[in-house]
Amino acid sequence: MTTDPTPAARPLLQVSGLRKTYRTGAAEVVAVDDLSFSVRAGGALGIVGESGSGKTTTARMLIGLERPDAGRILVQGEPLAATVRGKEARLARAKAVQIVFQDPYLSLDARISIGATIDGVLRLHGLHDRAARTARARELLAQVGLGDREAAALPRRLSGGQRQRAAIARALAVEPAVLVLDEAVSALDVSVQAQVLNLLSDIRRDTGIGLVFVSHDLAVVRYVCDEALVLYRGRTMEHRPVADLLTAPGHPYTRLLLASVPRPGWDPDSISRRRRELDPLKRHGPG
Amino acid sequence: MALLEYESLSIALPGMARPVLDGISLSVFAGEVVALVGESGSGKSVTARAALGLFPAGAGIDGRVRVDGTDLVGADAASLRAVRTTKASMIFQDPRAGINPVRRIGDFLTESLRLGRGWSKDRANARAVELLTAVGLPDPARHLNQYPHELSGGMLQRVMIAAALTAEPRLLLCDEPTTALDVSTQAEIMAILGKLQREHGLGLLLITHDIELAAAACDRIYVMYAGRIVETATTAELFAAPRHPYTAGLLGSSPPLSAPDGPVARLTPIPGAPMGLLDSAPGCSFASRCRFARPGHCDQSPPPLERQGPALVACHRAHELTATPGAVAVAAAGSLSPSKEDS
Repeated sequence: MTTDPTPAARPLLQVSGLRKTYRTGAAEVVAVDDLSFSVRAGGALGIVGESGSGKTTTARMLIGLERPDAGRILVQGEPLAATVRGKEARLARAKAVQIVFQDPYLSLDARISIGATIDGVLRLHGLHDRAARTARARELLAQVGLGDREAAALPRRLSGGQRQRAAIARALAVEPAVLVLDEAVSALDVSVQAQVLNLLSDIRRDTGIGLVFVSHDLAVVRYVCDEALVLYRGRTMEHRPVADLLTAPGHPYTRLLLASVPRPGWDPDSISRRRRELDPLKRHGPG
Repeated sequence: MALLEYESLSIALPGMARPVLDGISLSVFAGEVVALVGESGSGKSVTARAALGLFPAGAGIDGRVRVDGTDLVGADAASLRAVRTTKASMIFQDPRAGINPVRRIGDFLTESLRLGRGWSKDRANARAVELLTAVGLPDPARHLNQYPHELSGGMLQRVMIAAALTAEPRLLLCDEPTTALDVSTQAEIMAILGKLQREHGLGLLLITHDIELAAAACDRIYVMYAGRIVETATTAELFAAPRHPYTAGLLGSSPPLSAPDGPVARLTPIPGAPMGLLDSAPGCSFASRCRFARPGHCDQSPPPLERQGPALVACHRAHELTATPGAVAVAAAGSLSPSKEDS
């Protein structure tokens, strides 16, 4: 990974022509097809879609858990290595992109305290001075609103919201260029979700990190992101500033998603009618 | 008479610092859609299960739960069975958890008809096809021969609704029926539930964490916090003027979908986390998270659920706060702005 400062003009993350297919028996399923986007420093892109849209496959390709069949992922201008061999390459990959998963109950090591988890990350990434590590860990936890008491606790002693903050602090400890959040607030209670959403907007403001925010929830995407990309069956339906997307959705699928958000005066009958009208799209693939 | 009526129901579990339910009073009339809204640990699922006489093992129970006149607290096995097989049915969050994965959909749907009512295979199958048609599945006869893994989550949830209808219940209890589903599938399931409810004049209790969904689908809303009902009103009243700070906080926590152009106003989350079963408070259980709480006033005794205008509110300061209109709703301002998007 390059250490020279990123020129302002160059996007932090550049994805072009990404494609991923899965094979089940003789059939080939295209999970993600011809996906391109970029995220600048301090930018936030929402990837919106329902199950089967390819949004999680995309997240997994960004952090190297899946290898794309075609296309390129550039982080700060450097291609994300297709294979990672050796400690150096692994650490470089970790510094490029970090992820926070949906389930705060499964994403932390249950056997060690939150503080020890973060300490381990810092040590791995070359912070050898113990006192400096302790200070940095405290700073990171303070940034996500966790104190010494939480730092000393095992994950099971913390609430879902606290665990998700700890997972975010762990990811930030690496000082990644890009942070991917895969449905990272979906499992939280609404009152706690709001706290984490505010935390994410603070992190954007304070760190210049690029966010890729994967979610099915348009309201949450609007709150966190400035651009959104709507995925349907692996294809990009729309990619626009999020405010435009919500006020003047161009694609029928985006309009359906938007209408599906419950609110007073909501008409589920008309939504399910429109959903059936989109069915031809479903069968023949989106166009 | 209410179809479902809770009268000061309290449920306490040994070893817990506070009761799981603390004096719940709630009613659902025939033909009415009512929501019970709460976050994790509020006791909403325990409340729902009590309507089928499913109480936590080893619990101390006080109060009454009546379904169509039958009290389920201390009821014998025969009257419990009568309620569960003819009066009330429940739909759960995860359809896959409630169905045997190695049995066909048809066997699952016809089991209670054949064993419970002694119907012939053909008659039960015909009824199952009818029910699958009623929940909008495209190819009922084929689905009878399929296994659960062959259906998507949304389709399987429709099978569960069909199964709930085999009892021809008058009361439908829906515990987070759409939480595991995609948003557009959620709309479809809510449309089906709404249609069945209207056609059969069912009473429907929707248990959900999603106050927006409750507002979209229900006539009346009960808001629960730490085992107590803190506010109840008609949906319109609750949204126009939330009177309990917790209700206002819930509304203020959901980011608005359509807001004026420009940057979205910062959310005003409720500080802290919902109260667990190992925590208790002598006074109002919300006081530790409430920005209106007054020490020495709110932390002395639990506030009773009392009438404030068109709502019932359990808040020591409800009277003062309702006297200054909008005081409580400030936090919810974002969610109260009129929706611009058409549907």
